[in-house]
Amino acid sequence: MSDTDKELRVSKIRDGTVIDHVTAGQALNVLAILGIDGSGGESVSIGMNVPSDKLGLKDVVKVEGRELSQSEVDVLSLIAPEATINIIRDFDVIEKNRVERTESVTGILVCPNHNCITNADEPVRTAFAVLEDGVRCSYCGTIVRGGDVAEHIDAHGSGETAL
Amino acid sequence: MLRDHLISAAHLSRDDIEAVLDHAAAIDADPGIVRGRHAGRVLALCFFEPSTRTKMSFETAMKRLGGDTIDMGAVESSSVKKGESLADTVRVIEGYADALVLRHPSEGSAKLASEFVDVPLVNAGDGAGQHPSQTLLDLYTIRENAGLDDITVGIMGDLKYGRTVHSLAHALTEFDVRQHFISPESLRLPRNVRYDLHETGAEVREHTDLDEVLPELDVLYVTRIQRERFPEEREYREVAGEYRIDNEVLADASEDLTVMHPLPRVDEIAPEVDETARAKYFEQAHNGVPVRMALLDGLLGGDT
Repeated sequence: MSDTDKELRVSKIRDGTVIDHVTAGQALNVLAILGIDGSGGESVSIGMNVPSDKLGLKDVVKVEGRELSQSEVDVLSLIAPEATINIIRDFDVIEKNRVERTESVTGILVCPNHNCITNADEPVRTAFAVLEDGVRCSYCGTIVRGGDVAEHIDAHGSGETAL
Repeated sequence: MLRDHLISAAHLSRDDIEAVLDHAAAIDADPGIVRGRHAGRVLALCFFEPSTRTKMSFETAMKRLGGDTIDMGAVESSSVKKGESLADTVRVIEGYADALVLRHPSEGSAKLASEFVDVPLVNAGDGAGQHPSQTLLDLYTIRENAGLDDITVGIMGDLKYGRTVHSLAHALTEFDVRQHFISPESLRLPRNVRYDLHETGAEVREHTDLDEVLPELDVLYVTRIQRERFPEEREYREVAGEYRIDNEVLADASEDLTVMHPLPRVDEIAPEVDETARAKYFEQAHNGVPVRMALLDGLLGGDT
């Protein structure tokens, strides 16, 4: 790979966040968690299936002009447990953090059990406890395995987590 | 004794269970010990789907405690029909009653409702989820007939959608019980219940054939295989016939086997079994009253 190729794929941003070491194939789900669908005007770069010494292949997501909240970072741990979060200001990495495992996730996932009360028209937000390998609906008990979690992200939800 | 909502059997400790069962036994022996204790208090029966035994036994229990019941009636004639949310319904009814009993077709409904009320709420069945007050009377019946430690229990039938099974399986992990689950492959225990049993380290085995385990059992808990779960009547018939017990099927069972069923049964237990000493399902149903009296007495703060 030439330096130019590398530069194209990993070009610097001035201010914002670089989410690195995302599990390959999960970049679009990362955007869903962040509620980014292009309509907010953010400048976003995505690298998918980028070679990685650590993961073999990884995705990278760079969001210009946006720093992630702690709750957003925590939710990322569900689908990208190896991710690192680099906060960029004026082209420099001023903070670098690993995602941390959370105990619960509120309002970001839809329960796949159609008969769960959270899928009825009730004034309640979804809540899931985080298990070793997946999440569990705090209302009906349905378990979603880790690899399937991304399928149940509510792109319109606003996540909250509790440590 | 329980003082809070009763949502799931998974929240019941061995001490909680034994306190309710001991109090139920005392009431059974002498109903006079609680007579009139809850005079003037009101229990709201919120049944969003049909029920006979559960509803009537809660009603009887409250009346025998000296209290009264109110009933929201059939869903078709209530404000639910106008689109009112469950959250709003229970918030309103909370203002009329000292405790609520909820039966609802959606899983997780009791937990949701409990978040909107301050008075004690009992889950009387939430879809295919849980039915913990049924479990308390099941445990009472098991304790009376086989004891609750060092026993082998077989649970057979629709294990996937059977809420009484899910609650019972959770509660039995609090005791020294070997659990065997017998069902068609398509009606095995759901993933979340198996997960919980695994987490507790419970001794559990699954079977498709009752014969594999019948001689070992002290208790056989039979549930109805629900016709409506099968796309074709023929498929239902093939499976249901495999899980019907009669005296011939029970020939290899222990003489002391206790046969239970949460009722209603259809044809999964032949009437000839009713005449044997093994049949405890009507006793089990009758136990619902003292057990629910004990439960309500605790929730309403009257047992001390």
